Amino acid sequence: MKKSISKRLFPYVFSTPTIILMTIFMGFPILYGLILGFYRWSLADLKNAPVFVGLQNFNALFQNPQFWSSMKTTIIFVVSVVFVQLFLGLVIALLLEKNLPGIRFFRSIFMLPVMISPVVVGVIWKYIYDANFGMLNYLLGLIGVPPGTWLSNEGTALLSVIITEIWQWTPFVFLILLSGLQSVPGDLMEAAVVDGASYFQTLIHVKLPCMKNIMHLVLTLRMIESMRSMVVIFIMTNGGPGISTMTLPMAIYKNAFVNQDLGSASATAIILMILLVLLTVFVKGGKEEDDKH
Amino acid sequence: MKTRSTLWTVLRLLVVLLIAIVILFPVYIMVITSFKTSNQAFDMPPAFFPSPALFNYRAVLTELNFMRYLYNSLIISLGTTAVSILVCIMSGYALARFNFRGANILSVSIVLIRMVPPVVIAVPMYILWTKFGLTGSLSGMILAYIGLTIPLNVWMLTIFIKEIPFELEAAAAIDGCGYMRILWSIVVPLIKPGISVSSVFTFRTAWNEFLLAIILSNRSTRTLPAAVSLMISDLGINWGQIMAMATIIAIPAFIITFACSKNLITGMTAGAIKG
Repeated sequence: MKKSISKRLFPYVFSTPTIILMTIFMGFPILYGLILGFYRWSLADLKNAPVFVGLQNFNALFQNPQFWSSMKTTIIFVVSVVFVQLFLGLVIALLLEKNLPGIRFFRSIFMLPVMISPVVVGVIWKYIYDANFGMLNYLLGLIGVPPGTWLSNEGTALLSVIITEIWQWTPFVFLILLSGLQSVPGDLMEAAVVDGASYFQTLIHVKLPCMKNIMHLVLTLRMIESMRSMVVIFIMTNGGPGISTMTLPMAIYKNAFVNQDLGSASATAIILMILLVLLTVFVKGGKEEDDKH
Repeated sequence: MKTRSTLWTVLRLLVVLLIAIVILFPVYIMVITSFKTSNQAFDMPPAFFPSPALFNYRAVLTELNFMRYLYNSLIISLGTTAVSILVCIMSGYALARFNFRGANILSVSIVLIRMVPPVVIAVPMYILWTKFGLTGSLSGMILAYIGLTIPLNVWMLTIFIKEIPFELEAAAAIDGCGYMRILWSIVVPLIKPGISVSSVFTFRTAWNEFLLAIILSNRSTRTLPAAVSLMISDLGINWGQIMAMATIIAIPAFIITFACSKNLITGMTAGAIKG
């Protein structure tokens, strides 16, 4: 009898610290932030109480061309970053799938960009892209390409930060996909080879279908992560020049801590959260339909 | 046939080598620039093999309040890791081995909270921390980072605990062992690899974190990443010094990558696949 009571109580006792810490230091701030989206409040006078304004913050956002530009920038950023990462990661994983001498050493190198702080990554690439004395312009000069102004040019700034993001995260995508490839059942592959299937036939009919779940997982993970990310942009361009790299997370930061408009920042945050939820549900929904075959 | 496969291997090796160069080149640039004076950093063509000179490191270490920032970064990262891992081992065990009411709600909210972008939390956190007098204190930042790292840790440790065979624990329970003892003397030793992977990731998150660090810290509680960002200004950047600072921040990343990467990769991929 005593046993069963402790069995019933135990999981609650052991979950309590986690629940308390997560509720107070994440759950509560998140809810508070969501509520602030319906108030007008300035960071400059936190002493005064916030004023309830209903949907005014959202109306103002929807009429603001800067908001729509941020939306567009975010979508371009996320889609291109995730697509290129998945494609490159898959190609590299297919190349390295079979044992190569020294592969262990190379695999450690692949971990490096993921482990380095985004702040450091941003600083390094800011230097590489520098218009006057950057490595990139020097190397391009060697093969006769004229120098560009990269980060200080509205036309190329977004592309530049996208390349940096791809540099940092493709190795991670590769490592996950590689382990997925290596878990494709060997007898399936043998059967395909015995039946005389070509490399591309086995790739399309055996390997890729086996990797469906893991590809789906990487896709979801990377979409969420790149939609959240802003530190590299913060360091490299701070959203500029103009608003050419002002993704939604950057816009939230600027609204709150530069323009001191907490309501507008929180309203943007709510929209970003809705986008994230929709994205997850959308990707998940697609997967479940696939599974019915 | 044999020569063809050798050729193919050599070709693949060349591709790997090329990718390794693309990955390492920016990191190499960081390290060599940290050996240059601000004039040398502007040299065209750039020197790719400067002799290692440590004057930037000396300047960073002595002039810029560096020791204070290093101390803050270490205390915050270690404090976060210790508390977050301890708490998550407990709840991970509860989630992995017990059916209890609310377990589903807990798992779902963990997944949801993991999705929230740091910048979304940053605004309310700044206001709340200011109200409760937590801004500018080390404990305030540790608490923020504990909240930030708990979701991933619970999730990963639950997976690691589910992986180990249940029979041992069941036998111990029949022998009259309390669950507390089962957890500490049977489960924890078995999931040591999982604990070390989670600890490394937690330490890395706290050590590298930037956004909350600039919002919640002040002059005396600033961490290294926050301090680096202040070296960037429109008036000009002392590239030699900033790269020296960046290299120092990257040291744990180097150590982690080369010392325990095999475990890390296994842990990371296992966590990702089984989730």
